[in-house]
Parts: sequence; C-alpha cells; structure tokens
Amino acid sequence: MKSAVIVFPGSNCDRDMAVALEQATGAKPHMVWHRETELPDGIGLIALPGGFSYGDYLRSGAIGANSPIMREVKAAADRGVAVLGVCNGFQLLTEAGLLPGALLRNAGIDFICRDVALKVASSQTAFTSGYQSDETITIPVAHHDGNYFADNDTLDRIEGEGHVAFRYDESVNGSARNIAGIVNAAGNVLGMMPHPERMIEPAHGGSDGKRLFDGLVQALG
Amino acid sequence: MKTRIHVTLKNGVLDPQGKAIHHALESLGFEGVNDVRQGKLIELDLDDSVSDADIEAMCRKLLANMVIENFEIEREAA
Repeated sequence: MKSAVIVFPGSNCDRDMAVALEQATGAKPHMVWHRETELPDGIGLIALPGGFSYGDYLRSGAIGANSPIMREVKAAADRGVAVLGVCNGFQLLTEAGLLPGALLRNAGIDFICRDVALKVASSQTAFTSGYQSDETITIPVAHHDGNYFADNDTLDRIEGEGHVAFRYDESVNGSARNIAGIVNAAGNVLGMMPHPERMIEPAHGGSDGKRLFDGLVQALG
Repeated sequence: MKTRIHVTLKNGVLDPQGKAIHHALESLGFEGVNDVRQGKLIELDLDDSVSDADIEAMCRKLLANMVIENFEIEREAA
C-alpha cells in the first residue's frame, strides 16, 4: 500500500513515522512537503506526524491546518482515504475540522514526556484492529497541548457512537473523560496524542505501537 | 486602519496559564485577585476596503478556534 507523510516546518516525528510506515507497508512512504498542492496518486494512508508545525504559533496546529496540502488531505479523507494524526497531527486534524474538539494546554501546565498506559476503547476501527477492546497497552506521550476538550454534547456523541479509540488509564493531562484518541464518524480519520511510532521495536521498550500500524495496514488491505 | 482582535477562552474552558499567573500574583503578595484568565490580543493593520464581514471571517477561520475561544473585534474609527 502506498502511504504518505506530510512534512510541515517544525515537524519532528516525520522520519520516525516513515520508519513505522515502511515496516508495516513494506514500502517507503512518500514524504510530502506541506506547500505541495497535490498528493501522489494512489495513496491509501496519510500520516500527519508529531512535532511543532509553525512553532505552535497562534495555536498548536492552527497555521499548518491551513497549509496548501491540507485541502488535498481533507479531500482524500472525504473520499475515505485513511488519515492518521499523531500528537501535532491530532492537533492539526482538530484545527482543520476533520475531528471534533480541541487540544488545550495540559491541565498541570508541564510538558509531559513519558510512557503511559492506554486502554483500547474500541477495537472496531481500522486503526485499532490490531488490539482487543479494553486491552491495556503502553505508548509514550510527549506533548504540551494534549488536554482534549469538547463540549459535553460532543463528548456524549463521540462516546455513544464508539468514536473513542484510546483512553488514558490514569489522568495524564486533564483530557475530558481521559480521551487520548478519537476517530471521525466515518472511521477513516484517527487523531491520537500518544506516539505509536515511538514504540515499534524492543529497543523502544516495547512494540505496542507496531500493532497499530500492522493492524491498520491489514485492515486497509 | 488598526483593528484589534481580542481572543479569550470560553467560560468553562480550563486555563492553566491563567491559574499559574494567579498563583504568581498571590506569591508576590497581591491580595484580592479572584481569578485570572489569559487571552490574546492580535493587532491587524487593514486597508479601509476590508469589510467587517471579512474581519469576522478571519476570526472564525483562523484567529480564534470557535470550539474553545470567543473573539471581540475592536475597529478604530476611520
């Protein structure tokens, strides 16, 4: 399967994401600069990597969400192409309106960089098909603005419709209802603050992140 | 023409930066500070031809995130 990693000025997990995608898909992903106005033909999976696009100016992800390539990412998402946003990628997806809610400054104000225990809230998405529902996995977080916020009606809706993919097993950053990752209504867009691409081999301390990529690629066929 | 955009967090949205400022004011010995909320002030230098509707669209599309923030437009009289 052909995949692409969108690279913004200030992205810093783009190469880690490329390694994870190459392992899972067997082919090097296309690295697509954010100023591009077209995606390569036949892309089946688009990744928005972690980092600090545009230095988090204005709000995390706000400027990058208006980069030229994001029009194409939105169009691809509307066509059903899988889009995975990790950390800054999740912030970009909310700012772009592809996912509901927003990521606020961590409740404890500190930057948090450590492994966290996550509960797989639903294995019924393409992105979580490599896991069992309610399974606990370990994936690192590294963020300052990971405190997921949405109004109560939105939270009730995404919980009721099974769009919560991952929850923190403990309160990490103040996120509403401990939400760590959500999918859109169509199930083809996932945003998550933890970094699965940083947990794909024993040298990383575990490979729970690898299962996300392997499961996703298998689900997408 | 100078236009100021005041961006503030909506009521009920946690503001840890405001809390930290609040604590700092208290530790400096200032009393009677009940709450602190931090926002942003964005100054735009605009052509006279830019309409109020255009400024509102700038706020809604980029300058404020309507999920968590409100904005107020303060336009200098021409």
